[in-house]
Amino acid sequence: MSGTLIAGKARWAILLAVTALVLVAAGIYAVGAYQRFEESRASASSVGVSAGQGLPKVPFVLFRNTASGQGYGNAATVPLSAPGGTRAVSEPECDRVYGTPETVVCLKTNRGLVTAFEAVVLNSDWQPQRSWPVPGIPSRTRISPDGSMIATTVFVSGHSYATAGFSTATEISLPGGTSGNLEDFALMVNGERLLATDRNIWGVTFVPGNSDAFYATAASSGRIWLVKGSLSKKTLTAVHDNVECPSISPDGTRIAYKKNDGGALAAHWKVAVLDLATGQETVLSEKRSVDDQIEWLDNQNLLYGLADDAAAGDSNIWKLGTDPGSQPGLFIAHAWSPSVVR
Amino acid sequence: MYISLSDRGGGKRDKSLGAQTALASEVPFRLSPVILWLGIVSMVTDVSSESVTAILPLYVTGFLGLSTIAFGFIDGINQGASAIVRIAAGWAADRTGHPKRIALAGYGLSMLARIGFLFAGGFWAIAAIVTGDRIGKGIRTAPRDALISVSAQPEHLARSFGVHRMLDNIGAAAGPLIAFFVLLMIPNGFSTVFVVSLAFAVIGVAVLALVVPDIRAHGLKSSEAGGNRRLFAFSWSHLKEPGLGKLLIAAGFLGLVTIGDGFIYLVLQARDSFAVQWFPLLFVGTNVVFLALAIPLGRLADRVGKVPVFVGGHIALLATYLLAAAPFGGLWATTGCLILLGAFYAATDGVLAALASQLTPPGKLATGIASAQTVVALSRMTASAGFGVLWYAVGAPTAMLVAAALLACAVVAVAFILRAAKVAAGQDTNGGA
Repeated sequence: MSGTLIAGKARWAILLAVTALVLVAAGIYAVGAYQRFEESRASASSVGVSAGQGLPKVPFVLFRNTASGQGYGNAATVPLSAPGGTRAVSEPECDRVYGTPETVVCLKTNRGLVTAFEAVVLNSDWQPQRSWPVPGIPSRTRISPDGSMIATTVFVSGHSYATAGFSTATEISLPGGTSGNLEDFALMVNGERLLATDRNIWGVTFVPGNSDAFYATAASSGRIWLVKGSLSKKTLTAVHDNVECPSISPDGTRIAYKKNDGGALAAHWKVAVLDLATGQETVLSEKRSVDDQIEWLDNQNLLYGLADDAAAGDSNIWKLGTDPGSQPGLFIAHAWSPSVVR
Repeated sequence: MYISLSDRGGGKRDKSLGAQTALASEVPFRLSPVILWLGIVSMVTDVSSESVTAILPLYVTGFLGLSTIAFGFIDGINQGASAIVRIAAGWAADRTGHPKRIALAGYGLSMLARIGFLFAGGFWAIAAIVTGDRIGKGIRTAPRDALISVSAQPEHLARSFGVHRMLDNIGAAAGPLIAFFVLLMIPNGFSTVFVVSLAFAVIGVAVLALVVPDIRAHGLKSSEAGGNRRLFAFSWSHLKEPGLGKLLIAAGFLGLVTIGDGFIYLVLQARDSFAVQWFPLLFVGTNVVFLALAIPLGRLADRVGKVPVFVGGHIALLATYLLAAAPFGGLWATTGCLILLGAFYAATDGVLAALASQLTPPGKLATGIASAQTVVALSRMTASAGFGVLWYAVGAPTAMLVAAALLACAVVAVAFILRAAKVAAGQDTNGGA
């Protein structure tokens, strides 16, 4: 009897010790992480920066600064002539940015006990003009060349109670309101309207000089298409297979995109270019998997972000020519979400 | 010492519903410390798992820069795997007679998976860890509910499950808040969230291992159960049990017209911007209502019967559909939906486990509970897939109304099925006694 009593007491002592040990260990780790964060936030940026003024003179590259230190996560710019030089870091923090000479759209995470996500439109002095909540984690954004239409794609995240799983929500904000979720547009494949259930639309690109047309990715039942959209008719028409995150060239003749050659679960995205007139597809030489919406540097060169394997939370912007033999080169280090503003 | 389940249907006291009602008020409620400790185990484990679940999408897309569409597939596979593992674990708990050991294995596996987060880099590592965690959850649920069932006073079975579910949901509501608080203080502090999550997982396993006694679930009637035991003698054989078979059919029926919460949240979100902004709070809100109502509705189930409360919960779900389909939105409609949805969970989750354990023959307790929970999980997965089709075919509000109409039919049908089950079970136990 006394034996079990001692055993009982020992058990409580062990439980108390284990609980105290893990809580103290987690507490020490958290305090250490907090101090490291404070130090890094206060420390000078690891790259050359200047305090943000308004948007610079065109042409320039707008991006998210991921260099450690002050200004991590903020929107930044460099002149197109000197992409590796000193970057002008602005105040707004953005997960994705895109710009025109007068307007910047910034998708951001508002951290808090309730973490929410927001799209903010900024003017050329980085002053917020308007904003609206978006229903998930920022993924892609684009502005039409005239600045009137803004497309956003976010991941609507799952939760243990939300059995709908992961999906995307893509909307186009128009001068007179919103398109609503593009999933509600009529999806036409081979002349027939598709009524399948698991439909996702993402990665809008606006056709230059056309206020009605855009391209995007549509996926349903494991198939993926490049679709051409019409805002007035509320339709999406499949025009090519296996094209993700299209990006139209400045001259409007070609589309650069990521093409999955690894299957649905083990995705590996190659960079490819589609000639819209001939329908000819060219897969480029980049060997790493590119999970980004590609941006055109000019009519012959592409830009895209790749996560930096050496440092979690960091990434670099790479440049690749559209010739099949072209090799990728580093364009801007410690940067993400490039937008070439001309 | 522990009141065995063979008492629950036996004796002269349980012959009619009226007698049972008198019983619940006759016997003073005394919470078994085992249930309290199991509740605490679930609470800290839910803090652990929900804190990671809440921030995982942000971590994968925002921090690692990976696309997460594939997580949808993996989550679907995991839910199916988890449902199957659950029956196997329930069967193993009954076969060994040591539900605690099986539950410990489940909690332990989830804890080990959390260690993986500290070293995880790529998509596959994370997918493997999430899968391990899910399977652990599948293993532990039924043996744990069997332990609750054996430790509870039979007259207060639903209330006891209510206590457990309340503690469980305190953890589920607190986990995301803790995680987002860490990220508020340390914006890229995902590793800190993982460390905190692991700490809570370790505490949960320690409490279970050290404090919860290794109750022999069918120790008191092993001789009786021994003859019945054979390999893979789960759900199909249970369909032959008069009570449980009907419960499984009824739960499956209702599951088939229970669309996922995700859809309800999406409808609310499509209707007004309030819900978009506070989207993450919808989950927490439902959890808070669930935890607040778990005990009161459990008590009610012990007084007026578990079947009426179980069916009533689905009427709350019906009201949720109607309110979500209504042409008006705003704060009150959204809040009303959350309250009704939380009430649905409070009236059905623990009560189903209580019903299943009440209707399960001795020695098959964990298998019986697991069967009921698996039927519900699989039928709800089917319902979500089917509702998706409907959603795109006729639009969200109409789809909601169709689901509501089907649910109304199912509720009426199930009310009849379970009334018959009650009579049959009553006759069976009386005959046995």
